[in-house]
Amino acid sequence: MTPVLSVRDLTVTYPSGVVGCVDVSFDIFPGEILGVVGESGSGKTSVLNAIALTLPPTRGSARFASPRLGTQALFALNAQQQRWLRQREIALVHQNPHRALNFDLSAGANVAEALLAADWRHYGRIRARVAELFERVELDLTRMDDLPGRFSGGMQQRVQLARALANSPALLLLDEPTGGLDVSIQARLLDLIRELSRGLGTAMLLVSHDLEVVRLLARRTVVMQQGRVVEAGVTDQILEDPQEPYTQLLVHSMLT
Amino acid sequence: MRYTFAFLDEQSKRSVRRALLKAVAIPGYQVPFVSRELPISYGWGTGGIQVTCALLGPNDIVKVIDQGADDSVNALNIKRFFARTADVFTTTLTREATIIQTRHRIPEECLTASQILVLQVPYPEPLRLVEPRETETNRMHAEGDYGRMYVALYEDIVRHGEITLPWQYPTLVNGRYLMSPSPIPRFDNPKLHMAECLFLFGAGREKRVYAIPPHTAVESLAFDDYPFRAESFHGRRCERCGSTDTYLDEVIADVSGRRSHQCSDTAFCLQRQANPAHPRGWGHDLTSVPRKEET
Repeated sequence: MTPVLSVRDLTVTYPSGVVGCVDVSFDIFPGEILGVVGESGSGKTSVLNAIALTLPPTRGSARFASPRLGTQALFALNAQQQRWLRQREIALVHQNPHRALNFDLSAGANVAEALLAADWRHYGRIRARVAELFERVELDLTRMDDLPGRFSGGMQQRVQLARALANSPALLLLDEPTGGLDVSIQARLLDLIRELSRGLGTAMLLVSHDLEVVRLLARRTVVMQQGRVVEAGVTDQILEDPQEPYTQLLVHSMLT
Repeated sequence: MRYTFAFLDEQSKRSVRRALLKAVAIPGYQVPFVSRELPISYGWGTGGIQVTCALLGPNDIVKVIDQGADDSVNALNIKRFFARTADVFTTTLTREATIIQTRHRIPEECLTASQILVLQVPYPEPLRLVEPRETETNRMHAEGDYGRMYVALYEDIVRHGEITLPWQYPTLVNGRYLMSPSPIPRFDNPKLHMAECLFLFGAGREKRVYAIPPHTAVESLAFDDYPFRAESFHGRRCERCGSTDTYLDEVIADVSGRRSHQCSDTAFCLQRQANPAHPRGWGHDLTSVPRKEET
């Protein structure tokens, strides 16, 4: 099976000289959720932003199997091609909905924006698709034209998810999608993400500092420390029998 | 006191013309230009005046209108400025003019291949409505990333059941650049499409010029199921000439406060008063514009 995304030797160094991540390599296969765990500053977000094409890497490659463009070397594409992919095939869900949603626009318009960016030009069809997405992420249809500022945090994340799924992306990047939410709301959102993964077969990259979240969703996991991958493998194996001292520390500090 | 011909020095006029040539070569693209100081302040038509100054020759005949009228104070003063500094003839007859400078309107009467319409533009950037950063609007133009402009139209339909933008209605020029038609009513948008004349736009304060060459496709943004529509005057007619197909202004008619409607294009209204059958002459249906089929 060919991977949806194949990352090799990804290195990000910031202009200040701070190292984001070093020589990170992994594959994501169709329909799979790959977890990336590590504490704050371990380089998870650098990896995610590089793949989301919002942060140019210093070195390394990423081959993406685009359903419409064929296999592409992501970092070799020009800005317009990268935007094309970002608006259609590689979607990102931020930890903070304020970074992704426009709070001056209705929730429905935020989802519609993704469709309009992908050249949808039929109002009736856009409305129908937005309604379909609202149902899929279990949002109340009657609130489609409300401002997201009036939504709860969990609902805002669902709006973000609906927006990310609007153009049926081949790869969904999730950056701490449940961070800052109540435990009960977290659980429901995690259920939803798992159902979406099963139902749509979308490959996902899940970045989290929360091992519990990764255990629930990801079959395979990459553990990062100080910008490097220290351990990679099947999630259950990593959690039951961590090999590296750092992973052992992470696992043992989990609340049980 | 004597001035250089058409007030601006020759080098400045030349630099404006260079910018205009580039603007004509890339329809709808905003070209930066020098934007000199004039005896009136920015925001009072200085962009249009500089474009006209750069174009004027001794044989030109100039018409200036403001909100469609030849006799408003601003229009008269600008016209007098050209007459005094370039010694050109002026006119109120649309047909007679070689250069027409305008604010807020395109004349009702069809313009010909030998005429140039110069529009005064306060806000040249159509994307400013949805994006405050200049770096970002530059990128959006470069990549043709205009989805967010459609979001504004989408929200309009959600709230009001139709697209309600009354003026500065965004257009896509030659299938490439999003362009603000300046504050003309959307009633005038269809006149920009496949016209015989040259349209030049000057924004003095924002230091930008742009252009629509003759025979250029100009599409007013819309949805497939919510096509562009010009304003409707619900069958009202001009009180003076009786026209029902022109853009009407609502005016207070007398001391009793009674309201009536009159043509905003005063020169055309006079023509119609003399001959009620005087044609507008624009080649195509002005209430809608043919759109590309969805691909």
